[in-house]
Amino acid sequence: MAGHSIIGKPLAMTDSPGKVTGLGLYADDLAVPGMLCGRILHSPYPHARIRAIDTSAAEALPGVKAVVTGKDAPRPYGILPIGHDECVFAVDKARYIGDNVAAVAATSPEIAEQALELIRVDYEALPAWFDAEKSMQAEGEWIHADRARNIEKEYHHVFGDVDGGFAGADFVREQRYFAGEINHGAMEPHSTLAIWAPDARLTVHSSTQVPYYLHRTLSEVCEMPMSQIRVIKPLVGGGFGGKSEIIPLEVAAAVLARKSRRPVKITYTREEVFFAHRGRPITIVELKTGITRAGKISAVAARVIQDGGAYCGYGPVTVLYSGALLGAIYDIPALRYDGFRVLTNKPACGAMRGHGTVNVRFAFEALLDELACAAGLDPADVRRCNMLPAPCITVNGLRVTSYGLPECVEKVVERSGWNDKRGKLPPGKGMGLACSHYVSGAANPIIRSNMPHTTVHIKVDRDAAITVYSGASEIGQGSDTMQVQIVAEVLGVAPARIKLIAADTDLTPIDLGSYSSRVTFMAGNACLDAARNLRTQILEGVAQKYKVPVETLDLRESWVITLDDSRLKITFDDAIAAALEFRGALVAKGTYAPPEEARGGKHKGAGVGPSPSYSYSAQVAEVTVDRETGHVTVDRIVAAHDCGRALNPICVDGQVIGSVYMGMGQALQEEMVWHDGRLMNPSLLEYRMPTTLETPPIECIIVESMDPEGPFGAKEAGEGSLAATIPAIANAIYDAIGVRINSLPITPEKVLAAIREKEKQMATPAGGKGGRP
Amino acid sequence: MNKELITLTVNGESREVAIPPHKLLLDVLREDLGLTGSKRGCDDSSCGACAVLVDGVPMLACVALAVSYQDCSITTVEGIGAPGELHPVQSGWADAGGSQCGFCSPGFLISAKALLDRNPDPSLDEIREALSSNLCRCTGYMQIYEAVKLAIERTQGGAAPVETAGTAAAGGR
Repeated sequence: MAGHSIIGKPLAMTDSPGKVTGLGLYADDLAVPGMLCGRILHSPYPHARIRAIDTSAAEALPGVKAVVTGKDAPRPYGILPIGHDECVFAVDKARYIGDNVAAVAATSPEIAEQALELIRVDYEALPAWFDAEKSMQAEGEWIHADRARNIEKEYHHVFGDVDGGFAGADFVREQRYFAGEINHGAMEPHSTLAIWAPDARLTVHSSTQVPYYLHRTLSEVCEMPMSQIRVIKPLVGGGFGGKSEIIPLEVAAAVLARKSRRPVKITYTREEVFFAHRGRPITIVELKTGITRAGKISAVAARVIQDGGAYCGYGPVTVLYSGALLGAIYDIPALRYDGFRVLTNKPACGAMRGHGTVNVRFAFEALLDELACAAGLDPADVRRCNMLPAPCITVNGLRVTSYGLPECVEKVVERSGWNDKRGKLPPGKGMGLACSHYVSGAANPIIRSNMPHTTVHIKVDRDAAITVYSGASEIGQGSDTMQVQIVAEVLGVAPARIKLIAADTDLTPIDLGSYSSRVTFMAGNACLDAARNLRTQILEGVAQKYKVPVETLDLRESWVITLDDSRLKITFDDAIAAALEFRGALVAKGTYAPPEEARGGKHKGAGVGPSPSYSYSAQVAEVTVDRETGHVTVDRIVAAHDCGRALNPICVDGQVIGSVYMGMGQALQEEMVWHDGRLMNPSLLEYRMPTTLETPPIECIIVESMDPEGPFGAKEAGEGSLAATIPAIANAIYDAIGVRINSLPITPEKVLAAIREKEKQMATPAGGKGGRP
Repeated sequence: MNKELITLTVNGESREVAIPPHKLLLDVLREDLGLTGSKRGCDDSSCGACAVLVDGVPMLACVALAVSYQDCSITTVEGIGAPGELHPVQSGWADAGGSQCGFCSPGFLISAKALLDRNPDPSLDEIREALSSNLCRCTGYMQIYEAVKLAIERTQGGAAPVETAGTAAAGGR
């Protein structure tokens, strides 16, 4: 676009030199003198009362500097104000295999491990629940005494005339869908280094997506003022939501450091990452959708049960997103939603990429495909005739400002050869289409207040260095690069001139964190605001010094010039010197708060779902199904993503392709497998994330709808594409072999069983329904 | 446990360390030699983030006893190239988006360098095969293939790097 020299360019990420040389530092790479090794003792029981803990033998072991239990930090906490139900170490009960019971800090890992073995815990095993639907029937010994029948939260929403909508439909289908449990699988296991200083200050370096919430929680649990605590986020080796709430090791390291008066580092093993979890819950979706003969959706009803594990975490938000984000993608006149978040004796689930939408979107897009087939319509046409009349407010109160979904559908139809190939592929091959969307940050903060969601400071001093102080958290998605690009663009200087100091609570103003795809929209807008303020200050200084009207000045390519003539042309450095002459070091501030009209309706639970803007995605997957083995090979995925404006196309491509990849893993091969509350595959060998060999060519098409409120038109790119991948694959499998698998992951066993079942039906005289459209 | 004094040749330098005989090469590199580039992403040799070159062959440092590698030449990611003098595989990685979170990058870079050292012009299938023992959770691998292709171009043709923030950082706009 004309006028932008840095925005829209495929620039390498600013932190890439450290990442490709191995010199960039992640939490576990940090070491300080006197540092101790921390280890955590985990419960071997899924549900057990803790009668007593004897730590005396562990404490007596030479080299052990601290042993801590629930007594050392009894205050409960949780990411949501309504869900403070976990303590860093179990105080009364352990609630899952892997729950945290005690921890030690010792001079070596070997001594720490030995000390764990010396801790004697007297457990009284309790009845345990591993299945959400059974857990909801529990009559006593609830996992949390104040959560009757183990229901953490339930929500019931009705918008529009649902019964009338179904009555007016020509085709109605109802199906039950199942989605297995998914872990983020970030390559970096969580790690925290907590340093207790002689002045009773606590500094915590942690692999977190949310330094500010960690800061706040450490203050609450350690009963120290926030002003005494500093949280610093080093490089983070992937998040995807797994580091977006307070993880037990973060508090454990702090409590151990305080008790031992020494620096303590804890790094999780991969098994402990699965214990800490916070991933995508097992989800049961009972979905009913009606469409007219023309394909127009007339009503939708969904009942969703999520198996949330033993603690609240983000649970109520997850189950609310599942309902709210039925809206804001298609024009749905009537919507009923019943959502249940249920507690079980397993690791707590939480936010994972595409938080709350993914499993419901799988169900929705698969059922829409089924309805299209029933109505004899092209699935792409069914999407086309349900587009929102954006800008608009949806039936459930979500404000849609920019809407590139129609273009996304056209782009993937064209690129994939949908019109030419579909229905003409050889046996065993098929193609499927699906759509998805996601928020560009939540319009309402977790802790309700009117405080801006992001504040950014920029300082310019005599060295003419432009230093941006931002609390936003780079976790690999390009947060730092995005902010540098925006500031450089506004100031008309090279990105290399910008220094970014990020995510250090002593230095940087508050940003809520890297979750719900909020960073580009919110931190980006705050950077834009701060940079514009700074630009004004610089130009005012130049105007004053050179006695030219400020409105005639412009900053371009490291020069300050007069717009209409050549009266003035000075370098950026001279301009800074001029501005400093009158004011001293320049300091500019920028903020972002979502507008009131983006914050949604007033019903209970209305706070979750509203966003200042939504991204959109459409995808076509092509698959080959081996009828003998049931094995599904994905041959190709074409994904079009409406990110508003691609501030950096390399980063947008990477986010979209990465989302599709992760969706493909969930669709076909990833699942946490449980046996009586014990995770049977707590390793990367057995929890099978796709390698290069299973990953097909993934093509990303960027669609730019230019959001009216996004920074330079941008909105989210990091999550919205994940959800479409799963139903696109499922729909392609149906196209290939004429069976629908409504259970994730779609394993060869399930495919074979479905093929056999269909063959059995075809063989009986009453059968013969279904089959290839 | 008693320590043994051993000598390792890492990134062309001879380094003496006193370590218990059971200590893993990865831990020696990270804790005793200050080379934290090699990462631990799993506990069962399944992620590849710890890969190093041993006499030019990629190996997992998380399952190698350091004492067994005294007569070998070990190269870690830090030994491939340093800032300002990046190896083409590193600059390709940076410019093509091969690293997002970057945690897997050291292992991938080792595998990619080993591939290009033995086969300077691999096909896409050969690249996929060679990188199949490294896991990446961020990229979906497409930009990693682009990174390897860029490295090949830069090695072969001496093609000028595309304009990036990296080059902007070096030379200004």
